[in-house]
Amino acid sequence: MKKHADNHLLTRPGTWIGLVVLATAPLWIKSVGLYPYLALEIMIWMMFALGYNLLLGQAGLPSFGHGAFLGIGAYAFGLLQLKFGAGLWLALFGAAATASLAGALVAAFISHRRGIYYALLTIAFGQVFWFISIKWHSVTGGEDGLLNIARPAANFGLFELSLKSNNALYYFTFALLVLVVIFLWRLSYSPFGRILQAVKQNETRAAFVGHNVWLYKFLAFVISTAVAGLAGALFAMAQQSAYPNVMSLHNSGFVVMMVLIGGGLVSFWGPLIGAAFFILARDLLGAYTETWLLWYGLAFMAMVIFKPEGIAGMWQSWRTRGNPSGTTA
Amino acid sequence: MTALFSAHQLAKRFGDRLVLQDVSFDVEEGQVHGIMGPNGAGKTTCFNVLTGRYQPDGGTVMLRGNDITGGSPRAIARHGIARSFQLMNLFDDFTALENVAVATRSLRAHGFGFWRDAMSAGDAYERADAILLRVGLQDKASLRAGSLSYGDRRALEIAVALAGEPVLLFLDEPTAGLGAEGIARVADLVTELKRHLTMVIIEHDMRFLFRLADRISVVHWGQVIARGTPAELRENVWVQRSNLRQLTC
Repeated sequence: MKKHADNHLLTRPGTWIGLVVLATAPLWIKSVGLYPYLALEIMIWMMFALGYNLLLGQAGLPSFGHGAFLGIGAYAFGLLQLKFGAGLWLALFGAAATASLAGALVAAFISHRRGIYYALLTIAFGQVFWFISIKWHSVTGGEDGLLNIARPAANFGLFELSLKSNNALYYFTFALLVLVVIFLWRLSYSPFGRILQAVKQNETRAAFVGHNVWLYKFLAFVISTAVAGLAGALFAMAQQSAYPNVMSLHNSGFVVMMVLIGGGLVSFWGPLIGAAFFILARDLLGAYTETWLLWYGLAFMAMVIFKPEGIAGMWQSWRTRGNPSGTTA
Repeated sequence: MTALFSAHQLAKRFGDRLVLQDVSFDVEEGQVHGIMGPNGAGKTTCFNVLTGRYQPDGGTVMLRGNDITGGSPRAIARHGIARSFQLMNLFDDFTALENVAVATRSLRAHGFGFWRDAMSAGDAYERADAILLRVGLQDKASLRAGSLSYGDRRALEIAVALAGEPVLLFLDEPTAGLGAEGIARVADLVTELKRHLTMVIIEHDMRFLFRLADRISVVHWGQVIARGTPAELRENVWVQRSNLRQLTC
């Protein structure tokens, strides 16, 4: 009798298909009418969305101000580099650590809440951070943000890799994304991940069987914001700047739309699918009309109404057609 | 014999309404203690106060001589008290096996093992298998809790409560909504559990309770109006005067 879902990452065909597609993207992206920077941007959003899904998809915690932590990561990377002369590794670590510290501060206030109260508090905190980024001119550069952020070389001891080209930064980001995927995959199948999923389904019962629900929600938020901070640092490298718009409510909304449309509520891979779908839709629809977000928003509404499980959910339904028990790995 | 558990002069108020007043009872080790009373008598509120869902407005709760009054559900669970719920309270998207495994002490102890596979976290899944066998759900281990029949979900409720290896188990109307066959199944399970476990049971089915309980407290209007063995209660003047009498005969 098969009792558990297969939790081995490398036994999934989707893993290999995804790896091949992403690893070869710079080779074919121009031939399909797109450009290398787009692939880099998709990769960064994939990382952000994957980290965000630890909260929304796995823990059921609706953070609608998560863009703030992407922005905090971007600013922290820029400030560490511009003010303290930090190298790549220190600045990346510092960005993730700063975002997770800000996340810990927020999580300490909100982890005893759930549902709409939780969501509203995350929006409020997100707006506070956004406001600080605009008003704290001497540190953040105000509305102009931080400019001239460099793409430092990645020093691996034996050799150094220049990240100045978009393709080089793409592969660097790809390597980090793979590490994030492995970490979050392991996490979701760990006791921590299982308990987090239990909290999502029934917080009351989770407390009554002895789990420290507050601490699990707190840690999920902190880990998620650390990943957002890392993605923010890579975004600062890609854009070579950090500015308030990165942490705007727009970006907080975009990541929610990515996760939901991709199917993050039912699949680990949903956020990756959703991020690619969103950025491609933005560019492809945006090429035809300035009102692309209107059409995307309508598509999002249709998805939420008719197939809330998203693209990954459609794929799962197709795979389990004719299997009423719906038990798939 | 020293009581394993005792509630002393518990009080609970919601606004102006006093829903529990001077509720006291002791539970000795190995006993099944029943709580009966009409709808709205305060039985479930009493459970909720005893298991940390509500803070009491007065009184004390002791387990093995330790004061656990007003503890959170988590703290009380960690003291060794588990409970089931009148309204089903499961992890519906998990399989039956995962429902039980996630409630085991073993998984709880490894809860912050970020890198470890949940299935190899101590003996959580082996214990969960054994508990499902005990409640008769071994063949349904891989089915989603949400897809189980009502009777199986009732059994799973008890299985999840058992997963924490409690010293004291609170069962809130374990036969609610069950037919004769389902009630007989729960009765058999409680009889089997009674050999190793101390229990407090709220129950509307008086035949069920009078057959299984060693002692019973009768709650009415938020107060304990009578207590004793089933035989003593049948003779109790308060029970005879109340409309509960017809249920106890």
